[in-house]
Amino acid sequence: MADRPFAIKRQPGFATIALICFVMLYAPIITLVVYSFNAGSSIAIWEGFSLRWYAAAWENELVQDAAIRSLVVAVCASLFATTLATMAALGTTRTRPYRGLTATYAMINQPLMVPEIVTAVALLIVFAVFKQTTGYDGLGLLILAHTAFCIPFAYLPIRARLEGMNLSLETAAADLYATPWMTFRRVTLPLMWPGILAGAMLAFVISLDDVVITEFVKSAGQETLPTYMLGQLRRVITPEINAISTALLAISILMVTIFFFLNRKKM
Amino acid sequence: MDNDEKTAIDVDGVSKIFGSGPDAVHALDDVSVAIRENEFFTLLGPSGCGKTTLLRLIAGFDHPTAGHIRLHGENIAHLPPYKRPVNTVFQNYALFPHMTVAQNIGFGLEMLGKPKREVAASVDEMLSLVQMRDLANRQTSQISGGQQQRVALARALAPHPKVLLLDEPLSALDLKLRKEMQIELKRLQSETGITFIFVTHDQEEALTMSNRIAVMSAGKILQIGTPREVYDHPAERFVADFIGETNFLTATLQDVEGSTATVTLPSGKPARASLPSGTHPDAGRQVSIVIRPEHVTLALPSHETSLTGRLEDIVYFGTDTHYRLRLADDTLFIARMQNRRDGEAAFDPGAEVGIVLADGAVQVLRD
Repeated sequence: MADRPFAIKRQPGFATIALICFVMLYAPIITLVVYSFNAGSSIAIWEGFSLRWYAAAWENELVQDAAIRSLVVAVCASLFATTLATMAALGTTRTRPYRGLTATYAMINQPLMVPEIVTAVALLIVFAVFKQTTGYDGLGLLILAHTAFCIPFAYLPIRARLEGMNLSLETAAADLYATPWMTFRRVTLPLMWPGILAGAMLAFVISLDDVVITEFVKSAGQETLPTYMLGQLRRVITPEINAISTALLAISILMVTIFFFLNRKKM
Repeated sequence: MDNDEKTAIDVDGVSKIFGSGPDAVHALDDVSVAIRENEFFTLLGPSGCGKTTLLRLIAGFDHPTAGHIRLHGENIAHLPPYKRPVNTVFQNYALFPHMTVAQNIGFGLEMLGKPKREVAASVDEMLSLVQMRDLANRQTSQISGGQQQRVALARALAPHPKVLLLDEPLSALDLKLRKEMQIELKRLQSETGITFIFVTHDQEEALTMSNRIAVMSAGKILQIGTPREVYDHPAERFVADFIGETNFLTATLQDVEGSTATVTLPSGKPARASLPSGTHPDAGRQVSIVIRPEHVTLALPSHETSLTGRLEDIVYFGTDTHYRLRLADDTLFIARMQNRRDGEAAFDPGAEVGIVLADGAVQVLRD
């Protein structure tokens, strides 16, 4: 067997380690999903199948309110973040390399490196001053904060897509009488579209489940789904939390699936 | 053919410098060339010689640091590529992957604002011209390399450009397909009557396809001429060396008469030689000469043989045989003779052999 190329799959213990990893990843999630269908009010003792906690969550006005707010923030923030990230990606891949390009990359990706709690505290201070001087404490601030930390998540897939795209396509379009605007509309944009979709969905999911920054930035009464759930945990834990989590999980899976099919069709 | 003499592209004193300061690269250094209408003109040279840079300047993807580029007398050096009636066939084809074959071909006309019906008719015509009618609605990823090449050609020809630029378009094809496309390109050029400017590093491609060739090296054009002129009468060592195999010798100039001269070969014997055009060197000077391997025949040493050498080895190539000889002054000399039906040549390695020069075999280089 000495002449066989190195294959990690054949190493002793590989299968065991892989199995442990998957169990660690999915066992808690599966448990969570299973107990969301519990008929009883415990999250650990199974008392039969029921959809009562889904019904309870659905009818709970606080959950409704938080869910709508979460969706509004996530849709707005992912739209803004994706637009800005698209422009940033174009600016960092469709120009001649310039001094400070690497620094620009680092600046755009900064929110990925800086601990979220630092950003949260910083935003808290800035927004507190802002709220005091202007008197505005609406949802716009939360959307602004979410947009800011979603930009790098939207940026990465878009930039990857643009970097994989041959520059000569745009040169060819210009050669064939397309003005810069037409080149962008007819060649660059359609080709980078899967990247933009991926970026938008990533931003959406990241915004949807953010706790730390939201908790620091939100004004009174601006609960999002995750902060509402966090608040609930301090009281009695019922499978209602499981039901809401499962719904969030379903949304994420749905998004990823839609993206997968959209992307495959484009290729 | 009056038409042939009109200039399509006039490159006048063009320089291109990339970067600045000590890192500056002089990609083109004061290049001038007039490319005629309806001509198949080739820019030939090794990679890095500036041929692609010159093409990109004509297309408008880059702008010259100095000099003018005129298209039918109009200076176009400052125009962006989308305002030049010049189209390019790219080395990697650069077909739009999100469009069908027909959409690719129609793109240029559409951008020019032609009505839909006219675009469709033109696409149809181009599809027949490159024999791709059946594949009009295919995605570009679903067709072979040779077919992609045809689509790239059709796409660049569809807007009827004044000049078509081809950037090593055949380099990605295998040998057989490349030969086919060479013939195809010549046919397209004569059918459309469009001026072709073709960039290649392949000397054989340049010789077989071009009306005229410009041989480039290190950002300069060394010689412009018909394939026969640059092959038979290379003016410089680089040209002689780059195009085909050749023998370099040193000789002494004797009598100079117009464009020819008598030179004394290293063996001491005289030979007639052509001088590079426009030069009038003085008699008595040492000059470099070139002799093509196929312009000589081997014979037993006698007063008719101009040079003699020891036969080192013989390489059989099917259609012809190469003989490597060591001359008296230790230089290597290669002779190439066509193989005939009537058996092998009567020389053995190690033998002293004489070299007979054909008429016009000796070319003096500009030093």
